[in-house]
This record gives sequence, C-alpha cells and structure tokens, in this order.
Amino acid sequence: MAILVSKETKAIVQGITGRQGVFHTKLMLEYGTKIVAGSTPGRGGETIEGIPVYDSVREALDEHDANASIIFVPAPSAKDAALEAMDAKLNPIVIITEGIPLHDELVIARVASEKRTKIIGPNTPGVITPSECKLGIMPGHVFKRGNVGIISRSGTLTYEIAANLTKSGIGQSTCLGIGGDPVTGMDFTEVMEMFKDDDETKSVAIIGEIGGDAEERTAKYISETKFKKQVVAFIAGKTAPSGKRMGHAGAIITGSSGTAESKINALRDAGVGVASKPSEVAELIGE
Amino acid sequence: MRFFEYEAKSVFEKHGIRVPKRGYTTKPAEAKRLAREIGCPVALKAQVLVGGRGKAGGIRFANTPNEAEELARLMLGTKIQGLNVSGVLVEEKLKIEHEYYFGITIDRSKRSPVVLASSIGGMDIEEVARDSPEKIVRRYVDPVLGMCEFEARLIAKDVGFAGNELAEISNAIMKLWEIMHEFDAELVESNPFVKTSEGVFTAADARLIIDDNAIFRHKDLESRVATVGELNKREMEAREAGMSYVELDGEVSIIGNGAGLVMATLDMVDLFGGKPANFLDVGGGASSERMIKALKIVGSHPNGKVILINILGGITRCDDMARGIIEARNSIGINIPLVVRMVGTNEAEGKKILNEAEIEVLDTMEGAAKKAVEVSQ
Repeated sequence: MAILVSKETKAIVQGITGRQGVFHTKLMLEYGTKIVAGSTPGRGGETIEGIPVYDSVREALDEHDANASIIFVPAPSAKDAALEAMDAKLNPIVIITEGIPLHDELVIARVASEKRTKIIGPNTPGVITPSECKLGIMPGHVFKRGNVGIISRSGTLTYEIAANLTKSGIGQSTCLGIGGDPVTGMDFTEVMEMFKDDDETKSVAIIGEIGGDAEERTAKYISETKFKKQVVAFIAGKTAPSGKRMGHAGAIITGSSGTAESKINALRDAGVGVASKPSEVAELIGE
Repeated sequence: MRFFEYEAKSVFEKHGIRVPKRGYTTKPAEAKRLAREIGCPVALKAQVLVGGRGKAGGIRFANTPNEAEELARLMLGTKIQGLNVSGVLVEEKLKIEHEYYFGITIDRSKRSPVVLASSIGGMDIEEVARDSPEKIVRRYVDPVLGMCEFEARLIAKDVGFAGNELAEISNAIMKLWEIMHEFDAELVESNPFVKTSEGVFTAADARLIIDDNAIFRHKDLESRVATVGELNKREMEAREAGMSYVELDGEVSIIGNGAGLVMATLDMVDLFGGKPANFLDVGGGASSERMIKALKIVGSHPNGKVILINILGGITRCDDMARGIIEARNSIGINIPLVVRMVGTNEAEGKKILNEAEIEVLDTMEGAAKKAVEVSQ
C-alpha cells in the first residue's frame, strides 16, 4: 500500500517556472509522477515540460483534477503558497523550500493542523513511494520498492542510507523527509502511525539528528504504544558542538538538550536498534 | 542572530518596556563619564553573546566614576567563555526587591510560541525549571492570532500579580510579544525583570535572538552580521557563499553535500579515532565555484592535515565537484592530502577527471573516513 503518495497522486507544482521548479518537474515526470499542472502568478498560459501553467492553484483546479501539491516557491513567499494550497484542499503538500522564517512555519503548521492537511517539510527532499510516485527531489534510482518505511530529517544522508538498503536487497515502501527545520509539518510519530497501519511496511527506519526532542518523543511513543514493527535508527551529530547550527535550521544543541546522545539513549531504551554508522542500518534491519 | 544586552534594551525601551538608566561604551574614559552622568553606584556589564556572564565575573559594581573607569579597563579586551568583551554597559545599580522571569520562546514539539514566566527569576532560573517546574507559568500563544490581552493578564495573575500591578505587568508581557512578532524572534527574555525597592518595575536584563531565516525581511540587520564578530573570517566567507560552516579544532577538514551527511561524516571520522577540523555543507546542486570556495576556506584552517570530501550526488553533479577540486588545486593550491569519496550523478565522469589528476576516488564513506584519519595521524 505505502503511504501518502501512490500512482493515484496527481500533483500541482507551485513555483513551476523557477529554476528548481523546471528542473525537478522534468525529473519527477521521468520518474512517472503524475503532474497535472503548475502554478506561478503572472505566468499563466505558459507550458513547462509539457505541463500547463496557471496564475493560481484555483485556476489550475478549474481545469484539472489534483490531490497534492509540491512547492518550490522561494522562502519569502512560501507561506503564502502553502496557504493557497491548503485553501484549495490539496493534501498532502510537500514544501521543498529551505530558509522559511520560523514564524511563517508556525503559521503553516497551525493552519495545517486545523485543516487536517498533511504537510511534508519544509526544507525536505520530499516523499517517494518507489516505482509509483516521487513528489520530491531525491534521486529516484537509489530507491527500490520493498518493506522498509523511512522517515528522515535530512536529504543526502537519507539517500546514502536508502542506497545502502537497496544494495543489500532491502527495499522501501515509502521514504519521507519531515524536514530539517525546527518546526516540521509532521512529526516522526505522526508518520509512524501511518506506517503502523500500512500492511506493506514491516520495519521503520528513522534518520534523526541533533536539535529538539523529536526522537526522544518518538522513543516515548514506541514504548507507550508498544509499537509492533521493527524500528531502527541512525542519529547524526554525535560530534556536533553545543550552540552551533549544523547546516539545518533545526540542527542545534541548546545547552544540554537536543544532543545525539540523549536521542540515541532514549531510542535504545525503547528497544530501537541504533546504528553507529549509516551502513549499519541495513545490517540492523536484516536481523 | 543574537543581540547584545544593550541592543535588546534599546528595543525594549522603544516598545515601552522600562529599562535602567544606562550607556554603552567601548572606552574606559567614557565609562567614567557615564558613571558620573548616571550617578553612582553603577553596574558595569560585559557585553558578550553568551549566557552565564554573571557567574563568570561579567557584572561588577563601581562606587565612584574612577572605579568605573578602572573596572571598564579590566573588563574590556578580556574573554568570557572564549568570546571577547568588546563593550560594557554602564548602568544604574538597581535596589532590587524582587526578581521575576519573563520570556517568550518557541516550543518546537508543540509548534507554538510559548510564554514562560516566574516569580522566581534570576541566575538560578534553570534550576527552578528543573527542580520546581510548577513555579514556572507556561502559556502557549496561537501563532495565527498572536497574544490576546486577556492571556497576558492570565499570565500576570498566575505569577502572582494583582491590583494596579496586574495592568502594568500584563502590558509588559504584551510588549514582549509585540517584540517577538515584529522582530521574527526565536527568543525574547528578561531575566531578571525586577521590582525595585521603590516599587518600580524594570527589565534589569534583556535578551533577543532573531531567526536567521527571517533576516531577509529585516534589511537594517543585514549589515550587522558582518560587523558584530559572531563569525570569524572563514565563517563569514562561507556565509557569503551560501554555505554552512562551523569551525572546530581537529585535523581532518571535511567538505560534503547535505547537512545530515556532513554531520554523519564528522561522526565517522570521530568513530575511527580522528578529530574533525570543521563542518562544511556546500548545499544542494553546488557548482564547481562553490567547491573552489569550500576548499579555499578549509585550506586556511591552521590545524588541517587532510581534507576529506564526501559527495553523494543527487542533484549535485560529481563532474562539477571534480572540476572544482582540480581548479582549486590549480588556482589557489591545496597543500595537504585530499581524500575523496564521490558517488551519484555523473560519477564516472567525475572519477575520470580526478583520476587523470592523480586523485584517488573512493566509493564508500567508511573507506574514505578511515583513510582520512590514517593520513591525519
């Protein structure tokens, strides 16, 4: 079954005419994703990679059937693009954009919660259900369909681990990036709830990093709900110093909270196999 | 972006929150003049962007203008927790009757701003939070609605205010929220927020941290990044080039694409017994020019004995990265060994370019990290 995206997904690309929009629309189409239209205010009437462009999401929906959106709009206007997509009832909405102001992300998250819209990101490589749909910027060829659900806060580290799994003959049901920012549209636990109910997913791999307490809360969730499926994890940033942002806006140890050690201990206490290096994730799943 | 106390206090004052009589200076003679103007005794507070300065001797008191000058001379140019004290705030010494804590920050897990307030403010607030969490009032603010006045009153009431004080304190809390919102802040805080023996409420300390991702919409702050000295030369260069760079003090310099991948690379170097010299993420879809800039930055690190490059090319092209490495070697020169791991888009071409220049290319992160550590030792 997989989660969130499938061959039924029909997506609108917001910000389709920008450099990233054009480039990744082409790659998503090559992967087989059903992109029905694009939206960039003022560019209605154009065509990008054969996809019709409209001035607004609403106009696109007047002509086409769509149930999802992917946003490549630059940070200053990303909140508005997300609000527009939510207003049009598109769900899920992938926000690729990095650098969105925190206060904008809080508003996006609040409105999404009230409208029960699933937001993937911001600052994410997106989501992929191998062989069916890629709504994102990840290299499709490193993924292979299988039974492991991946939930990650990073981009290339996810590809590294997915590639290792694929090479070991272990495929993935759905791989999703919740994003590298301090405020994410979805939590690890919300995605795990979806994997829990997905027959195709037999194990879950969590790729976390320093900053915040998402992994600790996930450990609590696993214990309290007695999560039945195997969970393994890799946490990046054991060597990160306190007080410094390590690339991602959300990857920062403040004082003593948000350390890799705290996350690894919490997960191990909950029975999660925590890899000491990325390649070990495949070994742990194999067990 | 962290503001100095003196800057945060200016913001508080502009927004109608009372702050002590004060003056900021970088010169001891000026500290003497300020002390005379304000009236002794005065406090001299080191202006550094770290907490815990009180416990580190960063707050001293002077009874005469001469003493103020002497203390200022002592404090300026010293370091607190590794940071230079470039200025001091000379301030009226408050007769404190009671210390409170008021702060607004972001609760990541609840995806919400949260107001924290306590009648037990001061240096030990962290212990209070740990040992008596019930003494900290907590209220989540709707990020879409913003704070409502009734909420500010509820908070003030819960902290223990009543009567006339209720209006004054709830007003101050509303002002803190206004600052939080207007400045796109991650944190606005006053600890301690004091009641003086004359019954006057004043923000004895002020902290303000602004979301770096919001600076584009605070044009007046853009130039501040360069002048404040929070970042060293290499960090500034990286920032200007759109890359993330954190300097450490080991011998293995690291360049990679993707924050998580780079962090994992640092961790792996450490796992194999090496010491990372830095974190550097060239970002997604980096050009060869970016790689050249990255090599220039890590190349100037005083302790670097080897440069480990870890590229997993998705959108980023391996041949672009390879070209950047060769050009860097030719134009700026690379004096220390390179260990390169490169896989992904156009990897065959990238490998060819590097092999022709006699640079070996490894396939796995582990192999590369191990080799880099060996070379560094």
